[in-house]
Amino acid sequence: MVIALVVVTAVSAVALGFVYQWTKEPIAKARLTTQLKAIEAVMTGYDNNPVQEKFFLSTENGDSLECFPGKKGGTPIGVAIKAKSSKGYSGDIWLMVGLDTAGTIRNIVVIEHKETPGLGSKMTSEKFLNQFLNTNPAVTDLRVKKDGGTIDAISGATISSRAFSQAVREAYQSYRHGKDAHH
Amino acid sequence: MEKTLTTRENLLKGIFRENPTLVLLLGCCPTLGVTSSASNAIGMGLATLFVLVMSNLAISLVKNVIPDKVRIPSFIVIIAAFVTVVQLLMEAYTPALFAQLGLFIPLIVVNCIVLGRAEAFASRYSAGASVIDGLGMGLGFTLALLLLGSVREVLGSLSWFGMKLSDSDGMLVFVLAPGAFITLGFIIAIMNGLKKQKS
Repeated sequence: MVIALVVVTAVSAVALGFVYQWTKEPIAKARLTTQLKAIEAVMTGYDNNPVQEKFFLSTENGDSLECFPGKKGGTPIGVAIKAKSSKGYSGDIWLMVGLDTAGTIRNIVVIEHKETPGLGSKMTSEKFLNQFLNTNPAVTDLRVKKDGGTIDAISGATISSRAFSQAVREAYQSYRHGKDAHH
Repeated sequence: MEKTLTTRENLLKGIFRENPTLVLLLGCCPTLGVTSSASNAIGMGLATLFVLVMSNLAISLVKNVIPDKVRIPSFIVIIAAFVTVVQLLMEAYTPALFAQLGLFIPLIVVNCIVLGRAEAFASRYSAGASVIDGLGMGLGFTLALLLLGSVREVLGSLSWFGMKLSDSDGMLVFVLAPGAFITLGFIIAIMNGLKKQKS
């Protein structure tokens, strides 16, 4: 009885080990592709390899964000920052935020979220995203209107909207902060 | 009675007479959880279909060497192994779908349909019949999910497989959990109505 169970478990474990080894590389590749696609979507005109030159930006609360610098002919033209908020309705929200050197938002892509389908998931809609594009958080208050800002929250999903804009603001601030520290 | 099932009957029973979702009412958790869109429904259905066929096959092959007392734990280990395989394969080759369904894939392990078929069918019948049973049940599950997902996506988001049918917003409730219950209820009622008419 015990032997049968041990054998079943052992065979399953070995089989899983093989599949894990076999899919390890494709999985890593798929993750990289997702990231690369997001970088390409939020930043244009660079001729370097932003993934290779990746560095980390620290946020006010001690987290660090991945930052992918874009350069053309060696001159910085902007960054793509992988921003995160844990204040969403369920799970973490991951964004890729593209800023130019002045800190103006060029584009934002939602990499991953687990918000309510049909409500918070509308953060990927153009109507919501467009409010952020070509604004500079230094002059535009990118908080939802309920909090005194300029962003129209998604109806029925204030929490998701708030989390989204918080992640964007944090990405901007850590970029600003990192820049000031360098000069 | 069931001993005289032909292959055709064996395959079709999972789709109609013993449809796991609409007649046996098994595996309601993934059914209600992932059917907010048609493409999610198909993805979940096919993942479950794969696990069902593979676990049915494996279990019917080893049924004679596994003592009765450790039957359930053995079945669960086998099922969990196949689910993990599906999870790894999906993450590697269909990352977009995996991002949508990731949360629900591990739940296939505890989907009553899979363990139910292992216990009710695969542990009693030959490997060939078990594979057909898994295929039929998996198809029945996939079709039921597709139906549910299509109705919910069309009514809730006015789109089908992501294609917009109209620019206006749909009835949001159908995308949310209550809409899943309402839609499932109506589909089961219609199924029962049709069955009554037949008999």
